[in-house]
Amino acid sequence: MALLEVKDLKVRVEEREILHGLTLTVNEGEVHAIMGPNGSGKSTLSHVIAGKPGYEVTDGQILFKGEDLLEMSPDERAAKGVFLAFQYPVEIPGVATMNFLRTALNAQRKARGEDEYSTPDFLKKVREVSKSLNIPQDMLKRGVNVGFSGGEKKRNEVLQMALFEPSLCILDEMDSGLDIDALRIAADGVNALRSPGRAMVVITHYQRLLNYIVPDFVHVMSRGRVVKSGAKDLALELEASGYAQFEDA
Amino acid sequence: MNVAVAKTGKGRAVSDLFTSAEGRLPGSPAVTAVRREAFETYERLGLPHRRIEEWKYTDLRALIGEVLPLAAAPDAAALKRAADAVKVHAIDGARKLVLVDGVFAADLSDVKALAAEAGFGTLRETLEKDAGLLKTASLDAVIALNAAMATDGVVLSIADGAQLPAPIQIIHIATAASASAFTRSQVAVGKGARATIVETFVAAGAKAYQVNDAVLVSVDDDADVAHIRLMDDAPDAMNVSSHFVTVGANVKLNFFNMTTGAAVSRLQGFIALAGEGSELSANGVNLLQKTEHGDTTLVVDHAVPNCVSREVFRAVIDDRAHSVFQGRIIVRPDAQKTDGKMMTRALLLSDEAEADNKPELEIFADDVSCGHGATAGALDDSLLFYLKARGLPEKQAQALLIQAFVGEAIEQIADDGLRAHVIGIAERWLERRQ
Repeated sequence: MALLEVKDLKVRVEEREILHGLTLTVNEGEVHAIMGPNGSGKSTLSHVIAGKPGYEVTDGQILFKGEDLLEMSPDERAAKGVFLAFQYPVEIPGVATMNFLRTALNAQRKARGEDEYSTPDFLKKVREVSKSLNIPQDMLKRGVNVGFSGGEKKRNEVLQMALFEPSLCILDEMDSGLDIDALRIAADGVNALRSPGRAMVVITHYQRLLNYIVPDFVHVMSRGRVVKSGAKDLALELEASGYAQFEDA
Repeated sequence: MNVAVAKTGKGRAVSDLFTSAEGRLPGSPAVTAVRREAFETYERLGLPHRRIEEWKYTDLRALIGEVLPLAAAPDAAALKRAADAVKVHAIDGARKLVLVDGVFAADLSDVKALAAEAGFGTLRETLEKDAGLLKTASLDAVIALNAAMATDGVVLSIADGAQLPAPIQIIHIATAASASAFTRSQVAVGKGARATIVETFVAAGAKAYQVNDAVLVSVDDDADVAHIRLMDDAPDAMNVSSHFVTVGANVKLNFFNMTTGAAVSRLQGFIALAGEGSELSANGVNLLQKTEHGDTTLVVDHAVPNCVSREVFRAVIDDRAHSVFQGRIIVRPDAQKTDGKMMTRALLLSDEAEADNKPELEIFADDVSCGHGATAGALDDSLLFYLKARGLPEKQAQALLIQAFVGEAIEQIADDGLRAHVIGIAERWLERRQ
């Protein structure tokens, strides 16, 4: 059974259809890249999978581990193992990062019927993970993402990914706003999380990110559909020839 | 017109109440005369209503209907219930002074421990000697009613230079349903003293009771005072509290009020900065749900130059609740170099929630820095979605954002233990929403 099956998905925002019948299958352990020009519907796909309000699914379905994802609230999806790394992680003043991480992790565990982490166990786990990602402890005492640089915000997303141990990670334009060093650190963090039990969907406009996170499959989106799929070399072809060839597809 | 109104229904009920209660009200004949005069003032004014500017948003006449009869003095069963409530609401290590249904309960209080640290008496004792504590400048009807009806209270005097080792916690407990408690207390802080005063209002099983409390505070030069009020009354109660605070020179006064209960509540604070170089931090939180009505009215009077006042107020309003914040900063003609700021924000959790913010600056000096800001809005959807996408159910995501919102006022409390106590009460309010 596939981990994620998106079948003939049609999505509207207000009165406009953005996805016109998108199909995508992701198995455990695979890394898929979704590329495409601005406005092709890449971010819409990631938002619909995570359950962001404001999108109306008019047709098709999304199955996650065989279950109907569209029937679940965003928090239920998170507890089932769906993780969206935001293109623009929000700042939450007054909510200390540490408190946020513990509340979120324990909410997910509770939803799965698992024991909540004790404070010492949680602290130990956060310390291990943040050390491996080169995240200083004082960053964890600050408000969530408040005053963080673009790179720090993305590292905070990767930190959460490492803590929550999702089975599906969707990385929405992870490279936007990052310089090459910040990108490398974030990508190293992501690569460390690749495992046979975990799949990733990497959404990006540029091929550059895929030098650091090397995908197994590449899909090209245009006008709300996947118009071409292939192996990782497809990304290089796109870099050379651009998206224009698909615009009329 | 006021006279005519006072003679109708609600005024009549109080008149009967006063006559029937008179035998229970402590004081010498001179005190009784002051009470009668105060009562006449009340009867002339009647319960405050919306046509009285200061009470425009809190029409007490419409909200409470009538003033309930005076609660009976607590019996053994009531004191037992109160003792259980004290255990729940006492702050660790604090010197407790407990008032049950408006009567001081010595057996539940730490009078002995406090005796070594501060002067202590009750209103009842004080009124045997003189009526001074019943007199205030204000002509407000509820304050006049309080002077007429006050049965008891605590009278604290903290000596010059005293450094209190523990907070003093005045705990008001209601055990009698459908009855009123009238209390009046005094706190006098001497020069250079350091003290923390906490007031807690709770119920021990009582429903639909009414509290009318007044506190007279004086803070002498160079003192450092934290004053925290926690109005955590039963959901169908009424609590109207009036504060008169006079601040000397070079004082640090940190005032905080949080309202987490009562169908109808109002804190009205009148704070006069009467000595130069003082710093006032006056902050508050209203957490309201159902059809609760909570009013915080603060008048900060800069009477002399070179004082600083800061006000941070946060209201969280759910369901059909109604929060009122009236903040007035007065800068007298001589009060040059005054620095007064007031910031109030309301968070509306439902379409039917209502917030009224009324900031007023009355500035008569020409070299001052004063300002105010007021906002009202809903929770940010993008923040909510982020938290939900990380696994927090809707209510829990809201709770985290609400805590952050009120945290901006609560974090003004300097003491870690007290701040944690206040956060605990806010968290219990949030749990009631789940």
